[in-house]
Amino acid sequence: MGSKQITYGNSGAWDMSFHTAFRKGNWMTKLSAFIFGLGNFCCRQFLRGILYLALEVIYLYYMAAYGITSLKNLITLGTIAQIEVFNEEKQIYEYIVGDNSMLCLLYGVLTIVITLAFIYCLRGSVKSAYDSQRKREAGKEVPNFLEDLRSLKQKNLHKAMLFTPIIGIICFTIIPLIFMILIAFTNYDKNHQPPGNLFDWVGLANFKALFKEGSLLSKTFWPILGWTFTWAIFATFSCYILGMILAILINREGTRCKGFWRFLFVLSIAIPQFVSLLTMRTMFNTNGPVNSLLRTLKVIGKTEAIPFFTDPTLARITIICINIWIGVPYTLLTTTGILQNIPRDLYDAAKVDGANAIVIFFKITLPYMLFITTPHLITTFVGNINNFNVIFLLSGGGPDSLEYYAAGKTDLLITWLYRLTLTEKDYNIGSVIGIISFIILATMSLITYRSSKSYKDEEAFQ
Amino acid sequence: MKNRSIKRCLINILVHIVLGILGFIWILPIFFVLLTSFRKEGGSYKSYIMPRGYTLENYKNIFIQNGSLDFPRWFVNTLIVSVCTCILSAFFVLCVSFVMSRLRFKMRKKLMNISLILGMFPGFMSMIAVYYILKGFGLLEAGPLKLLALIMVYSGGAGLGFYIAKGFFDTIPKTVDEAAYIDGATKWDVFWKITIPLSKPIIVYTLLTSFMGPWIDYIFAKVILGQDRAYYTVGIGLWTMLEKEFIEYYYTQFFAGCVIISIPIAILFLKTQKFYVEGLSGAVKG
Repeated sequence: MGSKQITYGNSGAWDMSFHTAFRKGNWMTKLSAFIFGLGNFCCRQFLRGILYLALEVIYLYYMAAYGITSLKNLITLGTIAQIEVFNEEKQIYEYIVGDNSMLCLLYGVLTIVITLAFIYCLRGSVKSAYDSQRKREAGKEVPNFLEDLRSLKQKNLHKAMLFTPIIGIICFTIIPLIFMILIAFTNYDKNHQPPGNLFDWVGLANFKALFKEGSLLSKTFWPILGWTFTWAIFATFSCYILGMILAILINREGTRCKGFWRFLFVLSIAIPQFVSLLTMRTMFNTNGPVNSLLRTLKVIGKTEAIPFFTDPTLARITIICINIWIGVPYTLLTTTGILQNIPRDLYDAAKVDGANAIVIFFKITLPYMLFITTPHLITTFVGNINNFNVIFLLSGGGPDSLEYYAAGKTDLLITWLYRLTLTEKDYNIGSVIGIISFIILATMSLITYRSSKSYKDEEAFQ
Repeated sequence: MKNRSIKRCLINILVHIVLGILGFIWILPIFFVLLTSFRKEGGSYKSYIMPRGYTLENYKNIFIQNGSLDFPRWFVNTLIVSVCTCILSAFFVLCVSFVMSRLRFKMRKKLMNISLILGMFPGFMSMIAVYYILKGFGLLEAGPLKLLALIMVYSGGAGLGFYIAKGFFDTIPKTVDEAAYIDGATKWDVFWKITIPLSKPIIVYTLLTSFMGPWIDYIFAKVILGQDRAYYTVGIGLWTMLEKEFIEYYYTQFFAGCVIISIPIAILFLKTQKFYVEGLSGAVKG
């Protein structure tokens, strides 16, 4: 009985937009936009009204106490720099604390997010007032607070269940992202480090600096972008094709102990990636096992070493090869199932026509797999553009190059970003790089997801 | 006829040889880790590959010794962090994926698109800001608080990774839910009493993947924990062992540590790889 009434009683105005609620509501509803919960008070929904009113009071108090100042500071990013004053009595330099631009920016962003939350509450207040008003006009019973709470288990379950996860996402993903995006428009670099110095808004200057022809930054950016794409293409397709060949070899009729072979290869991705990567780094070190093996085999002289990670070109090849070691088992794992789904009659027909294994692979298997796994392939490609772990743990971006600004020959955009922010403290450029790689990735992924079947007919399965 | 069967036999042998060679290459680094972890001689790089002597000392030392690098402590730190993280993020993930899979409301499609877009920003572009936010809240003042901060960072954004679990929920027939609604169940009842008991595999998978996160990650840990070695997690701890000042002494112990944390993670991975595959190909099959 109870649950039925709630479903009934609560439907209606909540699905209506704020606009219609405000337009069609009576003066009480309209006033609810200024005094939260007023409409609810009039309909004897005291607890709901008090909650809304409390939210408004808290927000107004916050704005009066801190909010206004932090918004002002967000615009100026602080005006008083820290000053060094010589204290005659103590014979030391003392610091007079000035504004901290970083904190100004952070609190400004926080205030904006809080204000957005407040606007959401405002809309809620008006909608809730209009809802109660309509129910009263229709002579229906207005739900009391207990019923409101119960509706969280039924009609409003999505609100109850999404509340904490969304708060988490806002705090740890959205606010930091807004903060970092804003930094791209400031001059927060190593010469403007708070609390010692102020930084300020500079508009699009950072983007211009990055794209200006002949500057050190653009001389670094374009080669790194080029290498990032080369890397992503090689890393994705080498693993894809080799992994598929491996899967075919294991799954063909004549092969014995299929489970054993599969286990052998999958074992290498079962161990944590940083363990295998750090091991690889040690193995290919100047004095590592690979070089000492080559020395023992007299391939190279006693004191010689192959510069796996110190020669630019060789380092790139080494990294791509090691990535094959890491990536092939993943392809094996994901493609085995799909390979077995390829219709047998296609193969039989090809065999009747006298095609050999290689022709069959390129004319049947590969096109079929490409057709089915394109979305997966693009996800892998995007993942490789952002493949921080492999580059950072293997070569650390090195060998460093003097032609580059704080980057090495094997640095990807993402590892360059890491170095710019954590080592060089040029947050503004780092942030610009982040935005650019986001644009690249977003365009690519959106095209894929939009055209993928699973996005279009999501409901097909249910 | 005979000719063909000989040819087939030859091809089979050839394929097995190729697989054998490849398998050897793939297994070699793992062997190297195992061998070095049992190596008797200390020091870092040697001019030979096979150890001259074998010992269990490395495993003993890494747990007993309380030098400047304290592996047992890192182990406990990581355990605490990962247990808390896995409970919190499993809760987040299951909530979000159930809502996205089963409930229909106005903002649903919008929220799904937003989460897709958020996932495309490079992960640690936000890291610096997270660092300052945590600092602003005073969470980086003391070591134990840093661990708390780490838990929050690991589980905070977990709700975004709901795709695999959502795919699983999508496969549970809706008729089951509808039968329950007819019997007067609320939506919450359906989630708690029907969907959850039917989804044990995906719950185990979610718990395990989020449990493994802190053992494998070290970038966030490095930024948040900084130089506070006592509160390191295993990931950065092991990385530190390979730094120039420690490598001579800790080289073999590093590999022993790797083996210790790899074994449970490898077992977990091999047990759950089915879901991993399904989750990845879920988007493909559609």
